[in-house]
Amino acid sequence: MSSVENTVTFASVQVGDELPAIRQRAISRTTLALFAGASGDHNPIHIDIDFAKAAGMPDVFAHGMLNMAYLGHLLTAWVPQSAVREFSTRFVAITQIHAVVTCTGRVVEKRGGNLVALEIEAADQNGEVKLAGEALVELP
Amino acid sequence: MIDRSFIGRSFPSLTTGVEAGRLRAFARATGQRNPIYWDSAAAQAAGYRDIPAPLTFVFTLDLERDDPFYFINEMKIELAHVLHGEQSFTYGVPICAGDEVTLISKVVDIYDKKGGAMEFVILETSAQNQLGEDLGSMTRTIVVRNPK
Repeated sequence: MSSVENTVTFASVQVGDELPAIRQRAISRTTLALFAGASGDHNPIHIDIDFAKAAGMPDVFAHGMLNMAYLGHLLTAWVPQSAVREFSTRFVAITQIHAVVTCTGRVVEKRGGNLVALEIEAADQNGEVKLAGEALVELP
Repeated sequence: MIDRSFIGRSFPSLTTGVEAGRLRAFARATGQRNPIYWDSAAAQAAGYRDIPAPLTFVFTLDLERDDPFYFINEMKIELAHVLHGEQSFTYGVPICAGDEVTLISKVVDIYDKKGGAMEFVILETSAQNQLGEDLGSMTRTIVVRNPK
């Protein structure tokens, strides 16, 4: 993946640069079942419609950490994981079942120590922001 | 109301192994497209000892407990009223398949808004590997919606 000619360097990035966006497949009930098992987050609100309804929700909804994993993919498709120093997000809105999530990001600041600050976001097919976050990467 | 005396309190540590199969399942479940996250040979070719744990995986490791909702239950919070508000990570040495990770979680703060209708718990978790190296930390904010 990280062939030399594709290496992102501190000198090569500019404030305003966009990271290559990544669109994920629609989130199905199967997606949530598999993520529950793989992530160890068995909270029934994400996989059991009876529980979700009893909690006052119309249906199950996606794990916030599934979308955060998608945001992580955005970062590690752009730079090697070892470059990532900090990664954070707010879970702004619930991600409904069947949502198609696209992750985007852009460079907002270049700092000393070859650090680059990013704003990152996960939004659904209607453009509604679900996760709004930040990351700090250290580039060669 | 959540008992504010939990502020500053640590929970028992957890030591758990990072399994390659679990990392492969996580990669599949999250639509991962980069083979270093499921193939040891690809990971080693990219300079890792073995398959690296992805950026959010410490969160998953902390769920490897007899009671994954340990702090929620210990604080007598109703799980159905809990939302994940914020999540952050800082990174030290990479975590790879085969590592043994020790996690220690501590309640950093508990506060409320809207006259107690919403309460917030901030839990910080630090991680070390089997060599005592710092793997970084994570901080989660959970939101508890208290019914009127």
